[in-house]
Amino acid sequence: MIHWQVIIPLFLFLIIIFAIGFWANKQVRTSNSFLQEYFLGGREMGGFLLAMTMMATYGSASSFIGGPGVSYNLGLGWVLLAMAQLPAGYFVLMVLGKKFAIISRRYEAITLIDFLKKRYNSNAIIVLSAISIIVFLFASMTAQWVGGARLIESLTGMNYTTSLLIFAVTVLVYVIIGGFRAVALTDALQGSIMIIGTVILLIGTIIAGGGIDQIMASLYNDNPQMLSPFGSDGSLTPLYVSSFWILIGLGVIGLPQIAVRAMSYKDSKSLHKAIIIGTIGIGTIMFGMHLIGVLARPVIPGIEVADTVMPTLTLKVLPPILAGVVLAAPMAAIMSTVNALLMMVSSTVVKDIYLNFINPDASDKQIKNRSFLVTTVIGLAVIIFALKPPEFLIWLNLFAFGGLESAFLWSVVFGLYWKKANKYGAISSMIVGLALYIAIDRLSPHIFGMHTVTIPIFASLIIFVIVSLATQRVGGMTNQ
Amino acid sequence: MQDQRFKVANREALIGVGLVIINFAIWFGFAYGLGSGDPSEYNYILGFPEWFFYSCIAGTVFMIFLIWITIKVFFKEVSFEEQEEEQ
Repeated sequence: MIHWQVIIPLFLFLIIIFAIGFWANKQVRTSNSFLQEYFLGGREMGGFLLAMTMMATYGSASSFIGGPGVSYNLGLGWVLLAMAQLPAGYFVLMVLGKKFAIISRRYEAITLIDFLKKRYNSNAIIVLSAISIIVFLFASMTAQWVGGARLIESLTGMNYTTSLLIFAVTVLVYVIIGGFRAVALTDALQGSIMIIGTVILLIGTIIAGGGIDQIMASLYNDNPQMLSPFGSDGSLTPLYVSSFWILIGLGVIGLPQIAVRAMSYKDSKSLHKAIIIGTIGIGTIMFGMHLIGVLARPVIPGIEVADTVMPTLTLKVLPPILAGVVLAAPMAAIMSTVNALLMMVSSTVVKDIYLNFINPDASDKQIKNRSFLVTTVIGLAVIIFALKPPEFLIWLNLFAFGGLESAFLWSVVFGLYWKKANKYGAISSMIVGLALYIAIDRLSPHIFGMHTVTIPIFASLIIFVIVSLATQRVGGMTNQ
Repeated sequence: MQDQRFKVANREALIGVGLVIINFAIWFGFAYGLGSGDPSEYNYILGFPEWFFYSCIAGTVFMIFLIWITIKVFFKEVSFEEQEEEQ
């Protein structure tokens, strides 16, 4: 079945996004510093753009499709857990904050790895970081790509391959030609759609359910535990839920695609404004979408596949045109995550590997050609993998988030705020964090009733401090 | 030698840590303080269970307000460029 009223708004949305890509390409062509323009948008972002690009990059398929599905089954306890994401709006920008902005300008850093390289002065760190970024982000990009294609498939009735190609070509064209500026500008549009879509669907669902009182009453009759903070099956213990503050709130500082945004804004004012707008935006989306999942239960009972809750609900409670606008929201969320990841992987290959190890004296023109080429090749590779996703990639994607946090969090934070932090500490904490994360994930993911990421984060913190202190003399030479 | 701007930056990072602690305390305290009893004994505010209203709705609105005030009062504007070292 094809819903034309739904497809038309989606189609308009894609056209606007294309237009932004072409406009940004003009800026790229006229800029006198290609690298800084293409990968950082010339460090010109204002507060609104910064807030939107942080929010849109952070909010992904799981905020709009996966999350509401889990809330549908677990109840208000899952909304409580989702609210642990509020710090991603202010904490990340406050902690990286002005220090990161000043230092990355001083180092002339374009990527997160540039910063680590200048701070720790170590090739091992560049290689280790580049590998973890490429491997983990490539995997999560493929997963998001698959999610985007599935969404188009379910909305339009086209087959998977056609849906994937439509999605992929749209994203590739504007990212390749427009670079970071196109990504940030489309993020602003996509972020706004995410917020507006959430609010419309929340209101629509409450009306369809006959008001909050009535919805809560029928949830209570269904299973009283739906209204408790412990989840419908009692699985959400306070410790488990609290450990999510590390994964999806505080640890977000360690995600390279987020951190790089904290070096791309214009001035202090932009930062201040972005913190407020970003917190309101993330709060609205995370609260709204997850609450919608719970409220959906009495409205559309008996959904078996959790991922279909949000699209089914939208088509049921909203008139077609509004449904089209709301369904553009998860599409926007997926696109805005994918475009950031694509940019991130491409900048890692071009700036951190090609310019560091292969051809340090590349001319501006060479860099330009390489950047377009690399972004295109990576994009095409993702399409090929997404056509028939290999088991291995799906497995990697599951711990992309936690893996990157375990690897980068302390290297970034201590690199900024602790003078004694040195390369030995950074390398050992990266290796211990990653290895422990993968080991715990394989052996006992809910170790001591906490999320997998908790222990690796603490262990890599301790290792970082001990090793840095123990090697002060050895590292003294390179550290200064 | 310590750059004056870094003092500002360090203080603001600490404020961020403080805000997260407050946020966590409100979130955790109301959720498990009010929500641990049996659901049949819950009170409701605007249709939502009391714990949920305070922890997830009022708590979030309060945090946004607090962040706004904090930025207006404590956050300083500094230049990110390198020229004004001597000040």
